[in-house]
Amino acid sequence: MDNFTVGVVVFPGSNCDRDVLWALEGCLDIRTKYLWHESSDLSDVDAIVLPGGFSYGDYLRCGAIARFSPLINALDDFVKSGRRVLGICNGFQILTESGFLPGALTANKNLNFICDDVELDIVSSKGGWFNDGVEKQTIKLPIAHGEGRYHCDSNTLKKLVDNELIALRYKNNPNGSSFDIAGITNEKGNVLGLMPHPERACDETIGGTDGLFTLKSLIFK
Amino acid sequence: MDQFAVKVFVRLRPSVLDPAGEATKSASIKLGAEGIKSLRIGKMIEVKMEGNAENEVREKIDLLCDRLFANTVIEDYEYSLEKL
Repeated sequence: MDNFTVGVVVFPGSNCDRDVLWALEGCLDIRTKYLWHESSDLSDVDAIVLPGGFSYGDYLRCGAIARFSPLINALDDFVKSGRRVLGICNGFQILTESGFLPGALTANKNLNFICDDVELDIVSSKGGWFNDGVEKQTIKLPIAHGEGRYHCDSNTLKKLVDNELIALRYKNNPNGSSFDIAGITNEKGNVLGLMPHPERACDETIGGTDGLFTLKSLIFK
Repeated sequence: MDQFAVKVFVRLRPSVLDPAGEATKSASIKLGAEGIKSLRIGKMIEVKMEGNAENEVREKIDLLCDRLFANTVIEDYEYSLEKL
């Protein structure tokens, strides 16, 4: 997989794009390139990260306007091809707004912008985004969001549970998310959306390495 | 072509918690307002649009509401339309 290339999408207002590039290139030696949101040619990337931030200033709703970018329009074929898409924080919001993942993310229950490290239970191994050889069941990742409360109706929640689509649950739910949900996958497992930031947990000197496995998983084994 | 003024109201569905509404309700009570049973915050979007017929404009507004103005997973919408 020497030429495996990850595309990091840059929207107006993205602000974790550089962190993701640093983690992928600097910590994992994975070839990475930025993809401007107006680009719709995804032929030379093997996986995509939608990074955190405030795309389009979070106008209307978080992720609502990014959904209409040419790149997101091209994402449907990319996902159908089986290639992997990781949506982090604002990227997760974009994935729900655009219908790649079910449910919605809305204002935190306590209205605070929460910036903290959280303990997370790995619930499903679908897509192999979390479980490694040692079968670690709990990880610690940073969160930083004002609108991270996952909401879905009871039918959708049942479907998520029955089909093992819930990837991560908060141990101490910080934002009021339904069923403590912090991250979910699509049915195929090649799309993961999560509110925590794995790219901010890739080096011991900045607080931990529990995010490395998820980013490494962009290279599908 | 006729001109139309449209007012779209977007509201969180009743089953969805509205923490901003709850905080505003709490402030309203602190201000001395009595009798508030419920307070929820929505959005109002004003659109001016031209079209040949009201039906044509309604079709476009329906699409905008459903695909952009509201996220129907968590929000409901309704609108009023006035020919200018």
